[in-house]
Amino acid sequence: MRITPEVVERVARLSRLELTEEERATFASQLSSILEYFARLDRLRTEGVEPTSHAIRVTNVFRPDEVTPSLPVEAVVAMAPQAHEGFVVVPRVLEAEE
Amino acid sequence: MRELVGRPYHEIRPRLGKDLSVRELVDAYLENIARLDGQVRAYLTVSADQARAQARELDDRLARGEPLPPLAGVPVAVKDNLCTRGVRTTCGSRILEPFVPPYDATAVQRLREAGAVLLGKTNLDEFAMGSSTENSGFFATRNPWRLDHVPGGSSGGSAAAVAAGEALAALGSDTGGSIRQPASLCGVVGLKPTYGRVSRYGLVAFASSLDQIGPLSLDVRDCALVLQAICGRDPHDSTSVDLPVPDFVASLEAGVRGVRVGVPAEFFGEGLQPEVRQAVLEAVRVLEGLGARVEEVALPTLEYALPTYYLIACAEASSNLARYDGVAYGYRSPRAHDLYTLYARTRAEGFGPEVKRRIMLGTFALSEGYYEGFYKKAQQVRTLVRRDFDRCFQTVDVLATPTSPVAGFRLGERTADPLQMYLADVYTIPVNLAGLPGISVPCGFVEGLPVGLQLVGRPFEEATVLRVAYAYEQATEWHRHRCPLLRA
Repeated sequence: MRITPEVVERVARLSRLELTEEERATFASQLSSILEYFARLDRLRTEGVEPTSHAIRVTNVFRPDEVTPSLPVEAVVAMAPQAHEGFVVVPRVLEAEE
Repeated sequence: MRELVGRPYHEIRPRLGKDLSVRELVDAYLENIARLDGQVRAYLTVSADQARAQARELDDRLARGEPLPPLAGVPVAVKDNLCTRGVRTTCGSRILEPFVPPYDATAVQRLREAGAVLLGKTNLDEFAMGSSTENSGFFATRNPWRLDHVPGGSSGGSAAAVAAGEALAALGSDTGGSIRQPASLCGVVGLKPTYGRVSRYGLVAFASSLDQIGPLSLDVRDCALVLQAICGRDPHDSTSVDLPVPDFVASLEAGVRGVRVGVPAEFFGEGLQPEVRQAVLEAVRVLEGLGARVEEVALPTLEYALPTYYLIACAEASSNLARYDGVAYGYRSPRAHDLYTLYARTRAEGFGPEVKRRIMLGTFALSEGYYEGFYKKAQQVRTLVRRDFDRCFQTVDVLATPTSPVAGFRLGERTADPLQMYLADVYTIPVNLAGLPGISVPCGFVEGLPVGLQLVGRPFEEATVLRVAYAYEQATEWHRHRCPLLRA
């Protein structure tokens, strides 16, 4: 499977990764050869085979709807790269109205 | 105090509170870290002050005549993808370099409750993605047996720490072999429990349908002791199962008479180093000599397990790692001017090349037009792999295979070719796909590098795996060897 730098760029955007020109070229060639190796899966017939998402069967796990202590807000906000009066600071999300 | 280091805990324990204090034991390990870690580089963070404080507290409890908890005074190292309250947890990544968790992972908390003393956090391939610890965002760890060789990965720091006497036991995580493969390369014991046996709460998620936490230790008895402490249901992890946890130590000595050991021919084919093959087959003969019944079994899907694993693991990783966005914790790019560049530049600067490669591979496999052909196909093949194991376990109790196809490789030898690196886990990966318990125990040497025997059991039959491993270990001397660095 041939992965072009254009496909790499599209996938990088979906992945929220800014790539350099050089990274785009390297990933294009590496992902191509990895996917080429992975193509051996096509040799296996899998029609009608159930997909496995987990090795053990996990169904809904419930607990009583009771309030339990959680981490203090200060401890959580203290981890943020930038915070102000108990809030996490991020760049402006909405355009300012003129 | 050098004589204390590199001895299994079950030999040390009877002396605690008599001619030996926890403080002395912990100090001996801290001194050995100071002596050797400049060369081995197993640790990202050494928490010496906290360790000494914890040791003092345990000594006080002993002095008051309180009973010894099961892991009293065990100096442990914890892989740096497990959250430790107040101790930085980087996951081997620049993106988490400033992260100090406000809570302990359940496995860490259970170790502490059992009396273990946390020495520090060990190096790993960034986000546990790799087989050599060379993908760490900080530095490469070295194999204590031969410093120009890799320790394996991704729990390479934990394995090297135990092998070099820089920790008596350690925790690692295993998504495709990341406990067993470095255990094999460093000549220590490493066990991946059944999926669901150990809570992953506080483990930085890589591939959630595959990740498990498990112990690394000097021998099988210590392995059973540590495993005992960390197993069991945890309301914080809905995939941790509510099954009784047997007494793993009690059943160790039951022997292997009549135990049926399966040898899958596919694990002894092309790509296996001849000396490794010889050592593992010799180990099987030892088990046979102890009364086990050996028979050949078939796992024809082995050659499909590797691509299946990488598609599933990368797809899950691409989703799990979406949370590293520079907003609430960890690194944030100073070059961001809007929300998109905040995400894209934080991630570009914070992640290393292998993590980017896997996020890209996973995003691709999940993207429109490719999902059916790649991701869904992989999940279907996963079913076939599991069926292969189910079929084997109808006629045998454990499988015996090599842990790693080669005894080891040099630093830098495989970094240029990602696919070559992926092949390092070819024998451990199928076990994760099927969620089974597996252990690696030392079974020989090739040119001064240890070789590992992998034993795999039915789901939740860790006790059987440990018992067979123990019988083998006790019949041989491999687990008593220590690396020249530690003996010097």
